[in-house]
Amino acid sequence: MGRSLKKGPYVDAKLLKKVEVMNPSRKEPIKTWRRACTIVPEFVGHTFMVHNGRAHIKVFVTEDMVGHKLGEFAPTRTFKGHSGAKGK
Amino acid sequence: MPRLLGIDIPGDKRADISLRYLFGVGPTLAREICERANIDPAQRARELSDDELARIAALLDNDYVVEGQLRRVLQQNVQRLKDIGSFRGLRHRKNLPVRGQRTRTNARTRKGPKKTVAGKKGVKDLR
Repeated sequence: MGRSLKKGPYVDAKLLKKVEVMNPSRKEPIKTWRRACTIVPEFVGHTFMVHNGRAHIKVFVTEDMVGHKLGEFAPTRTFKGHSGAKGK
Repeated sequence: MPRLLGIDIPGDKRADISLRYLFGVGPTLAREICERANIDPAQRARELSDDELARIAALLDNDYVVEGQLRRVLQQNVQRLKDIGSFRGLRHRKNLPVRGQRTRTNARTRKGPKKTVAGKKGVKDLR
């Protein structure tokens, strides 16, 4: 089930504040654990270090990513295929 | 057999049913089109006059996304997911289920026919 429209998208308040503070000058990557945070237009052009449970994955936000969650760009699993399996 | 939008040739069924042979036209759209084009949905598709066919074609062309155009839109949506490197894009790339379904068993629609691996335990041994 989708999220109620009444609430609007889930954007982490602290993260949004951080982005807005450095928005005019835009600089270093922001480390974050907020995988569930929706990407809003303000985030475009920023680089986030999104935690995947082990490390922070660098995610450069482009316009196309708006509406997705930060976690969608930091895979949590490392499965590379079975031994002997031929690549597609 | 009447032709619509170039290559599509629905059979000698009711007009509303045969419209559904177009990719992107389902029960709801088919009835809506009949109504908007002023066509009796119960008459056979082959009995449609050229004028009526032209009206349907014009309607489909202007107000609806069907066939090749629709296929292109779908393809673009998937391509977008792949390009931005999202999780769903990765799943599309690997031809695995995109919406979080289990893949330990089933998921044959996406994965295709079973590829048996020597030495792998059967379903009975799983648990």
